[in-house]
Amino acid sequence: MTLTTPALKAEHLYKAFGRRPSEIVDRLRAGSTRAEVTSLGTAAVIDASFDVQPGEIFVVMGLSGSGKSTLIRMLNGLLDATSGSVTIGGSSITGVPQAKLREVRRQKVSMVFQHFALLPHRSVIDNIAYGLEIQGMSKTERTQRARDMVATVGLDGWADSLPGELSGGMQQRVGLARALAADTDVLLMDEAFSALDPLIRREMQEQLIELQQKLGKTIIFITHDLNEAMFLGDRIAVMRDGRIVQIGTPEEILTDPANDYVAQFVQDVDRARVLTASSVMEQAKAVIPMSAGPRAALRIMRDLQTSAVFVTRRDRSLAGVVRDRDVLRQVKSNQNDLEAILRHEATVVPADAHLVDLVEPSVGSDLPIAVVGDDGRLLGVIPRVTLLAALGNVSTSTADVPVQLPPTTLTLEVIAETLRESTTEGAVR
Amino acid sequence: MTDFRLDLGTWVAGFISFVTDTFGGVFDVIRAIFLAAYDVVDLLLASPPFWVVIVIAAILGYLARGWRFALGTAVGLFVIVSVDQWENAMDTLALVLVASLLAIVLSIPLGIWAATSSVASRIIRPILDFMQTMPAFVYLIPALILFRVGVVPGIVATVIFALAPGVRLTELGIRGVDKEIVEAGQAFGASRWRILRQIQLPLARPTIMAGVNQVIMLSLSMVVIAGMVGAGGLGAQVVASLNRIDVALGFEAGLSVVILAIFLDRLTAALGDGETVLGRMLGARAARRRASAAPAAPERAAEPAPERTEPALV
Repeated sequence: MTLTTPALKAEHLYKAFGRRPSEIVDRLRAGSTRAEVTSLGTAAVIDASFDVQPGEIFVVMGLSGSGKSTLIRMLNGLLDATSGSVTIGGSSITGVPQAKLREVRRQKVSMVFQHFALLPHRSVIDNIAYGLEIQGMSKTERTQRARDMVATVGLDGWADSLPGELSGGMQQRVGLARALAADTDVLLMDEAFSALDPLIRREMQEQLIELQQKLGKTIIFITHDLNEAMFLGDRIAVMRDGRIVQIGTPEEILTDPANDYVAQFVQDVDRARVLTASSVMEQAKAVIPMSAGPRAALRIMRDLQTSAVFVTRRDRSLAGVVRDRDVLRQVKSNQNDLEAILRHEATVVPADAHLVDLVEPSVGSDLPIAVVGDDGRLLGVIPRVTLLAALGNVSTSTADVPVQLPPTTLTLEVIAETLRESTTEGAVR
Repeated sequence: MTDFRLDLGTWVAGFISFVTDTFGGVFDVIRAIFLAAYDVVDLLLASPPFWVVIVIAAILGYLARGWRFALGTAVGLFVIVSVDQWENAMDTLALVLVASLLAIVLSIPLGIWAATSSVASRIIRPILDFMQTMPAFVYLIPALILFRVGVVPGIVATVIFALAPGVRLTELGIRGVDKEIVEAGQAFGASRWRILRQIQLPLARPTIMAGVNQVIMLSLSMVVIAGMVGAGGLGAQVVASLNRIDVALGFEAGLSVVILAIFLDRLTAALGDGETVLGRMLGARAARRRASAAPAAPERAAEPAPERTEPALV
């Protein structure tokens, strides 16, 4: 966790519907389960606590009835929390008078709705300017701001149309533009893309990420679509039956689910788009420093029964690969410079590359994929079998799965013979 | 038979006479105001030559629905003139307009109140039921006592009878406004008044206008009863023909009522859908932009049902 003040902070939020909501909350606090209080009413949200950092996309994910829509409506006071507190940018919105609440909504938090919730009798531009109008901005100024926003979300030429003349995707762009125009730090998005068809949805997700990087908004995004959550979320909170069962990065949720529910849930996710190279890579064994020379390389090849080893420089950055035949020739001709026989055949990927981008290079080469850090250091390797295991959700943490390296192209006898000869010639390192 | 007798009627009668004695002055003032309103409207309708009124009505009809309705209006009203019921018809129209206006002015705020407060809704609903189902003759009696014979008790009885659909449809319309759009108003920090003015009323307009239409139609259906207490107009003609068993007069007066009813119904119904010149003048400013800006939408919405379609969880 960073030390900056969170953009939004929710502490022990409860929301119960029924005749005596506070009694339900008391019972839940005392340890009753949700099922045990159904006679009194419905506990929609139970003890939800989380912080959202500035500039973060925080996704709340859960199926219908998990309480996610209730939760997001408590974050801007559309629903009163039965218990607990919400703070947005230092202003508390729980237990404050209506006038104060309206002020917070105008200045600090805006919202995008599942079914767009545009005013059908107003033009696109007037819809976008709606938040500014409520803030009390003059007509010319707010129209100007709204026109800029029309371009930002890619609706040029539609400013004077009515929402009814737009397709679903375009209407939601208006909804997004309206929220962005209000220029609040926090953006709440309630199943914002769920009503769109899949292609448009993907386009909108990409545009949202682009806008977020440009504008640096803090976004709280509600969805029932795990792939969407994984794609958008910096962190994801998984909700079930009113409780948050796990909060973590997409990879944490995928690789380390808190319980069976989450594990089952993430089973179907497109792992290739979530998992990164660094999360599946293994320690590189077939690697030697440049200075070690061809004999050491050959020895490692013999020990690991492989035909290629990675070569690193003094600063541990990856220099390339040497192949067994080249090394053998060097040893026989008594040369000592690995640099001369260095090949640059290995695929090198950054640590945050998604697995989906590794499949093709992995198929095209017999070498494991090399994973390097920002400074060029070799962090690990991903052999093909590891990649397949990760994509197929086969556990790679056990040692049973052998690290497969390109098999030797020379017989062991030849290597052993060569090594023996070279040693007798006195090649002491 | 038992000896038990609940003197409900006597108590109500006592209450009415108490009201008459105590607030007589108030009712005289109300009577004067209603009468003045009626006289003004009646003067406007009855004093110009009949063809002027017909031309104006036809123009309104043209603006609301088009030339066919305008033509029908002119022919219909001319039939009224030709059966010599024009002045009576204008008296009736004046009564209907005044009563409808009063009913609308009362019913829309009541409907808004009922829509925003479920307690108010629970209180108002049985009162509306009472007003609508109690035979109109019954509250004609206290109206007669309070306002004396003439056009005013007719107006009052008509207002009470016609109020209910206005209130009901206003409440229905406002409650029927997409909850998410109201939430959008709240989420951006709009005040309740602003949400009412900019979101709820515009979106509920078709339903509210349907209520207005119903109010006017019910007002018209009350003219005969109003005629019985001396309101004059077509109602008085029907009552007279009934007393004299005069089929000819009865048919002519009745037909005139029908023609007025059709004219008012079609006219007000057209105001509700906002698709006509007159409808647009009443509300949708945005509709004016519709003509100007509309390149064809490239990816027109094909929206799959949201939620529950996606990842099925075991």
